[in-house]
Amino acid sequence: MQKNTKDRINDFVIKLANVNGTGSASANNLLMKAIFRMGIPVVGKNFFPSNIQGLPTWYEIRVTKDGCVARSGRVDIMVAMNAQTYGQNRDEVSPGGYLLYDSTWPRDQKLHRDDITLLGIPLAQMCNEAFADARARVLMKNVAYVGALAALLAIDMDVIRGLLQKTFAAKEQLMAANMQAIQLGYDYASEHFNCPLPISVAAMNQTDAYMLIDGNTAAALGCVYAGATVAAWYPITPSTSLMDAFAHFCDTYRKEPSTGKNRYCIVQAEDELAAIGMVIGANWNGARAFTSTSGPGISLMTEFLGFAYYAEVPAVVFDIQRGGPSTGQPTRTQQSDLLACAYASHGDTRHVLLFPANPEECFDFAVKAFDLAERLQTPVIVVSDLDIGMNDWMCPRLKWDDSYQPDRGKVLSKEELENLDTFYRYVDKDGDGICYRTYPGVHPKGAYFTRGSGHNEHGGYTEDPVEYQQVLDRLARKSDTAATVVPQPVVMRKRGATSAFIALGSSDGAVKEALIRLEKQGVAMDYMRIRGFPFSHDVQKFIDMHERVFVVEQNRDAQLRSLLILELNVSKRKLISILHYDGFPMSCDHVLEGINETLAEGSAA
Amino acid sequence: MSYITRPRVRYAGLKKNKLGLTVRDYEGGMSTLCAGCGHDSITAAIVQAFFELNIPPEKAAKMSGIGCSSKTPAYFLNASHGINTVHGRMPAVATGANAANRELFYIGVSGDGDSLSIGLGQFAHSIRRNLNALYIIENNGVYGLTKGQFSASADLGSTTKKGLVNNQPPIDPVLLALSLGGTFVARGFSGDKHQLVPLIKAGLMHQGFALLDVISPCVTFNDHEGSTKSYAYTREHFRETVHTDFVPRAQEITVEYEEGTVVPVELHDGSRLLLRKAAADYDPKDRGDAISYIQHHHEQGEIITGLLYLDEHTDDLHATSNTIDEPLNQIPYRDLSPGAAALEDIFRSYR
Repeated sequence: MQKNTKDRINDFVIKLANVNGTGSASANNLLMKAIFRMGIPVVGKNFFPSNIQGLPTWYEIRVTKDGCVARSGRVDIMVAMNAQTYGQNRDEVSPGGYLLYDSTWPRDQKLHRDDITLLGIPLAQMCNEAFADARARVLMKNVAYVGALAALLAIDMDVIRGLLQKTFAAKEQLMAANMQAIQLGYDYASEHFNCPLPISVAAMNQTDAYMLIDGNTAAALGCVYAGATVAAWYPITPSTSLMDAFAHFCDTYRKEPSTGKNRYCIVQAEDELAAIGMVIGANWNGARAFTSTSGPGISLMTEFLGFAYYAEVPAVVFDIQRGGPSTGQPTRTQQSDLLACAYASHGDTRHVLLFPANPEECFDFAVKAFDLAERLQTPVIVVSDLDIGMNDWMCPRLKWDDSYQPDRGKVLSKEELENLDTFYRYVDKDGDGICYRTYPGVHPKGAYFTRGSGHNEHGGYTEDPVEYQQVLDRLARKSDTAATVVPQPVVMRKRGATSAFIALGSSDGAVKEALIRLEKQGVAMDYMRIRGFPFSHDVQKFIDMHERVFVVEQNRDAQLRSLLILELNVSKRKLISILHYDGFPMSCDHVLEGINETLAEGSAA
Repeated sequence: MSYITRPRVRYAGLKKNKLGLTVRDYEGGMSTLCAGCGHDSITAAIVQAFFELNIPPEKAAKMSGIGCSSKTPAYFLNASHGINTVHGRMPAVATGANAANRELFYIGVSGDGDSLSIGLGQFAHSIRRNLNALYIIENNGVYGLTKGQFSASADLGSTTKKGLVNNQPPIDPVLLALSLGGTFVARGFSGDKHQLVPLIKAGLMHQGFALLDVISPCVTFNDHEGSTKSYAYTREHFRETVHTDFVPRAQEITVEYEEGTVVPVELHDGSRLLLRKAAADYDPKDRGDAISYIQHHHEQGEIITGLLYLDEHTDDLHATSNTIDEPLNQIPYRDLSPGAAALEDIFRSYR
């Protein structure tokens, strides 16, 4: 759907093609932040290789006055800084769009296309003349194209200056060099092109209540606020930045003032098996502890997750999903660990999962995960993904209630133990499947032997069929309790709708945008975004209410749909899959294409 | 087989420790291991050591993996929490537990399969981290619970009960720990309680990772002629190189010894160890010497035992992590949350 350029103010996509390791990330970030600071909503997506230096990398900025949160699928301005990918970059530009390239060298034949406008700027030449240092020449080329874009798109130079001042507050020389590079690009574009382009920005006031933050940082912040004191991890993309952020916030907020010592302990484990083992040991001992990982880590953690499920030890795990299977695509996004997480480990297990859709929920659900893990005495996996975790999102001001107290669950105190005749670990006194636990070191009467082997409700080893089954059945009841306390689904209803979408996590933005587009076409549909597992009764009710339900998810095998069929009473025929799994974040077009395919099949039948 | 509770019998004449507890208060459930199993002797030594050290039972935490050895924490210290984890992964759970509460006494019990095969990585890394725990390997050279397969500690040329010959070289946990920077490395024999009890006490009081490898014959699957981990073989080839006497804090040293035969060591809590050397040329403070001495004697078929290496001045996991003195699991929540005001600062910095 080609819009005409008149209404492209604050509604377009800039894509920047770079070589990784050249410092482009900070230039692209500066560009996006400048637009954001002008009050215009933005969506930033980073498409980076699993590599440190020399391979193609892209950054995509969607400028969206309507505040959309997904990718758009278009490219209006391509900044082609990587000769290696010229051909591909040229093809990606939407008709009528622009391609900005470095004209220091003769124009590459690959850049030519009749229906787009080429904007050549001798970026390398200008920077070579202006800067003596070799590294600076490379870095400043990126900053110079930001200056050129400022002229072309009418970005407020004062805002850019302000951002640079904030970044380089303590480094005056760098500030001067960066500003010089900005000006080089700005002046060249102003002199050689008609600025601004028909595609440009105009200040708004739609971002004052927002910050730009990625989901991993927000989740780490949630762990700090939840009172987590022990963290164990093994480096793995795309979850590493979560632990980095936790360490950073702890360094700021978790020092004992009198001694400078840490009120936290972060252990870099030898592998993911050890990481989850440490988390289980710390939780068993009464500390709030977590780990962050991705698909391959989840695979390694499964045995321990089964142990914690059966021995009823709390644990919090963040799974920042990436492309699978196996090593898969470490720097791409997917929702393909759903089944692996839901039933991780051998034997009858069912884990509690939380599905955040954005950084705000990463923060909220991180806190919730600790409360639920301790309330339910079981592992809780926060199932995020690379798109949420590593991309910068517009996130509303995070809220915190200072009266919050952690829900430590059913834990007997020293006094309560003193007054007890005998303590038995796995007796269900309250009928909710959740028993009372004790921390080591508190009272000799609270002692029990935690085991992953068959045990009875007294905590003793058993091979007795009745005693063994009694515990398994209670765990199933506990799972029913879990369904009532996990975050409930978010539902959007439309009058007269008989069809609906179900989705979770980062598919949310694409589905919401599709709903708007469909409504404009006269198609009314309902939408339920699932936020927790085991599924609450509302999920069953919602499906029952509709004739047809499109299940939108980012994996090949329709794992969410499989979970719905396994866990609920629904007809397979009723659940129609819309699947996206190429590793890039989902756009609204993917959803609409899926719907149209079904409609086409329907009319053919 | 189900859980057997040991009958509580109290004799009026039982000796009490400083806490007013008898040795019975440090016992556990009835052992379900085979009659004569070396592990039961180690269990008894553990009970004796905790009793003599006057440690309140609830201040101990028992950790284990999977296998015959890993069942034993159910047989001592009934009034302590225990956790029987998954196969080969006890060191990780112990690390997390220790991170959460540095004030408890951690005792890990593992076997040669659990530590040297499936759990070799975790065993090695807990040594590197210098986790403050006593780590006992009940070493019998076989997988008992699955009926007698060789373990990684079986010596070259030793045979199974059915006559199969082992042709892979053994992993010696003592040499491994020494090469990984272990700070307390000891070996004992389940049949020598006189040596074992002070080693357990010293290991519990050591601030750091204390490895205690205990040759503990498997009466059912590895106590035959072709075994180098049988009672008979061990008794014959056992050589105590360094005998350890444990002297509690504030207690006078009354033993008399010849100059140059004893190395006195003061531990972090003020208790002392007297390392009595049977071999004059052995220095338990020299890592390189220890390695070559043990290696050399192993080649001669000798089993060198005792506290073979000690460095009492190293940083444990908490010291290297710069954690506060108070256990992390006891920090009041108000000291953990940055509060709503900080969140406002964070909002501004991410604008």
